[in-house]
Amino acid sequence: MTRLLEQAPVVINAGLSSFADSITAAGGTALQLDWRPPAEGDVEVGRALARLVGDSAVDAANDVAFGRYLSSRPVLAGVGKAIESIPGMTEKMLLHSGPPIEWERMCGPMQGAVVGAIIFEGWAADPDSARALVASGDVAFDACHHHGAVGPMAGVISPSMPVWLVEDAEHGGHAFSNMNEGLGKVLRFGAFSDDVISRLHWMADDLAPAAGAAVAELGGIELKPLIAQALHMGDECHNRNTAASSLLFKRLAPAVLRAGVPTDRALATLEFIAATDHFFLNISMAACKVMADAAHGVVGSSMVTAMSRNGVDFGVRLSGTGDRWFIAPAPVVEGLLFPGFSAQDAAPDLGDSSITETAGLGGFSMGAAPAIVQFVGGTPSDAIAYSREMYHVTLGSNPAFTLPPLGFAPAPGGIDALRVVDTSIEPVINTGIAHREAGVGQVGAGVTRAPLACFSQAVVALAQEIAP
Amino acid sequence: MAVEKRVVSGLYRDSVTLMQCASRVEALPGVEKAGAMMATPANLDLARDAGLLQASESVEAGPNDLLLLVQTIDAADADAAFQEAERILTEVPKAAAGDERAEVAPRSIRMGLAAKPDASLVLVSTPGEYAASEAIKALHLGMDAMVFSDNVSVADEIEMKRLAHDAGLLLMGPDCGTAIIGGVPLGFANVVRRGDIGVIGASGTGTQQVTALIDRWGAGVTHAIGTGSHDLSADVGAVTMLDALSALEADSETKVLVLVSKPPSPEVAERVLAAASAARTPSVVCFLGADPASIERPGVTAAETLEDAAALAVELSTGEAPPGAADAADAAAAKAAADALAPSQRFIRGLYSGGTFGYEAALLLSARLGAVHSNTPARPEDAIADVWKSVGHTVIDLGDDVFTRGRPHPMIDFRLRVDRIAEEAQDPEVAVVLLDCVLGYGAHEDPAGQLVPAIVAARQSAEADGRRIAFVASVCGTEGDPQGLAGQERALRDAGVLLGRSNAHAARIAADIVASHEGSEPQ
Repeated sequence: MTRLLEQAPVVINAGLSSFADSITAAGGTALQLDWRPPAEGDVEVGRALARLVGDSAVDAANDVAFGRYLSSRPVLAGVGKAIESIPGMTEKMLLHSGPPIEWERMCGPMQGAVVGAIIFEGWAADPDSARALVASGDVAFDACHHHGAVGPMAGVISPSMPVWLVEDAEHGGHAFSNMNEGLGKVLRFGAFSDDVISRLHWMADDLAPAAGAAVAELGGIELKPLIAQALHMGDECHNRNTAASSLLFKRLAPAVLRAGVPTDRALATLEFIAATDHFFLNISMAACKVMADAAHGVVGSSMVTAMSRNGVDFGVRLSGTGDRWFIAPAPVVEGLLFPGFSAQDAAPDLGDSSITETAGLGGFSMGAAPAIVQFVGGTPSDAIAYSREMYHVTLGSNPAFTLPPLGFAPAPGGIDALRVVDTSIEPVINTGIAHREAGVGQVGAGVTRAPLACFSQAVVALAQEIAP
Repeated sequence: MAVEKRVVSGLYRDSVTLMQCASRVEALPGVEKAGAMMATPANLDLARDAGLLQASESVEAGPNDLLLLVQTIDAADADAAFQEAERILTEVPKAAAGDERAEVAPRSIRMGLAAKPDASLVLVSTPGEYAASEAIKALHLGMDAMVFSDNVSVADEIEMKRLAHDAGLLLMGPDCGTAIIGGVPLGFANVVRRGDIGVIGASGTGTQQVTALIDRWGAGVTHAIGTGSHDLSADVGAVTMLDALSALEADSETKVLVLVSKPPSPEVAERVLAAASAARTPSVVCFLGADPASIERPGVTAAETLEDAAALAVELSTGEAPPGAADAADAAAAKAAADALAPSQRFIRGLYSGGTFGYEAALLLSARLGAVHSNTPARPEDAIADVWKSVGHTVIDLGDDVFTRGRPHPMIDFRLRVDRIAEEAQDPEVAVVLLDCVLGYGAHEDPAGQLVPAIVAARQSAEADGRRIAFVASVCGTEGDPQGLAGQERALRDAGVLLGRSNAHAARIAADIVASHEGSEPQ
């Protein structure tokens, strides 16, 4: 029987604010909600949401998924070759960022990266024959995420490319990411000029073996402590990796020499890493992929295990809905553009790097990285406000990652699709902005939001999954 | 005196945090020394210097592992020390716990619950299509709910109520206008003295009338629970009323029950009355328009009107019947008003802001005067053809959906009623304009102040035409209401309005005037 009458009710008021005023005037306690219809007023989605919010099976599933995310222990285990390391990778396959997309619909930078990767592999000698090869249907495409991989921007990984190997020492999962090429004319922004291709060859032939030997010499690198330390040094490990890359450099430098890598190669490797502020990004992404995947596949869980974009579509996956993608148009990124570029030059949101937000870094930990909030003309308090806002859409917080400007509070982690739809607070994402044409490169950086529509679809699917 | 080690792998904390952790652990009883460090070679050397590690002792931990060391008098204390250390290392800092969620106004019920963990009830007055979902969320999260919103489907109502019942929660509504729980007003409610009468109402204004009269007569209310207007339908089956009955029955302070509703479907009525009859507390039941004989049974007294329900409850509560009608004075006043009427003035026009008041008036007037055309008719055949056009005796509920589309409820916004009063005054057949005036939380801050100028203007325009219209009203409210009962009644009386103490009383005065004018009563 109801306990309603046992004591004066403490009221949450959804609707007319005068009712809350009356309760307060009469000496009662009322909290007025800043209520708005969930899912932009879609009643069906709202009902699916209502079935799941507070449902004991969903809450229990989320406890399991969130617990697995927290206990995941990403370790940088080494460097491998894509075709040999990535499960399901085949001889003539290219992986790309975001949800699956066919060649014709790919954005400019991704098509450019595909052309570049074909030339790098030697499947075609020039851009025109590369495009003809794609048109012939001879090249298979698939999403990185379908193979445990993640890649920034175009995210193109070809069979001969070197990849970072990250293992989950707790749950036994694996994730892969390509190696960071630096800034400027690079494949991930769709550039395929000779210098881009020859850098890729150098990375495969020199950088990868040297870095691999160093990691092996170290017996692997625990990534959570490194990320935690970087958060205390002004990184959020998505759009700012300066500290993390430096910390990684400190580990690799002696190791690469101890491993017996010839001095000239060791020097070239270390110079490249030293010059590449985002060198750690790809490792951060693989670490986050491992943490998110640890939470994946829990029946009934509404925890988000992937957010990713291919420059056309934005896709979201939930722990409890298997391999389905929930898709909406990729948003345009609000941000600071480099001199000479305008909003018309910007490609829509692109890359797998929003896996960092999925795991509680990036925009979610922006409070730790006040320097990057300048991309959106913000102040350090804006950066803190973004992080604070994100606690309202997460299942909890991650004690492994603490944010100094928030009083060392654990970072918000484990995005709950139900909370996103119920509050209409879209997850915040820090990101670079690519030029919409292939090969121009990065034109800016800024902040964007994961589209609510993805989460609304996911909620409906989860409700059907649970009670068809 | 042994030193115990524990390795927490993969957890990074900066050295200041670790030193603070160590000093807090060292303060624990039984702990002689404590250390907490990232297990770098340099830190391990420091631990050796501090005597926490033997010179030759190796540790299975690397620079990324957090090493805890404690030296205790009794080995059993070490475990407790490690537990405390791990708790300290993973605790949310106090400064952060308080404000990490600040700055965002709560948008969802769950967010509200995070901000107010002791919240126990959700009051939903969102647009109807979203109301069921909000109520379902509240119930899932373990809270009772009141749905003020209307336009919720019967299927949704049944789903919500089943959910609430199974979870041991109460769902008031949909279309629940009024409740008072533990003195807290929910929706439209009056400030009513606390007492020992429990009220369960399917009608918001019905509950307001009963609770206000109980207060007026010096008794008081424990709780007034609203069920929503559809609860006693055959489809819904009075789930809320029956659960509310159990709740009030279990409430030790409630000594008398009042049940208010339009007549339920017979089988639902039977279930409700059986439960009321079985209850320890005596009940007064007002099923407006029902045959009292169909209600009466052991422990259950039937009331014909809302006023009767309140009066019977007060008598059960205090042992004394409240002061009855001053019939002689009423009759004189009615006679005087009737004498001033022109021969053409034969009809009553009731203009209501409370739907149940309109219905009660239609019932009472039609019993005395025959057909009363209404959008809340006593008999189906008396449904008015055009709600904008009065004909014969007419009672209009201006809170009907037709009128409230795109404008606030007439208890808040008086424009429609003011216009309609002026319109009725133009009609040479109008003898009496009958009104309600509802006070309390949610209502207009000065309802009488809105009605009086309209009444004065209407009277003047009729007098210019050689007619004197009688204005009759009742004020539903209490002295404790923000508007104050006495002041509101005085304003109306000063404007020449004849006041009933209740809606039923006002309706009888109106009927008396018309009947007296005609010289005989038709029935």
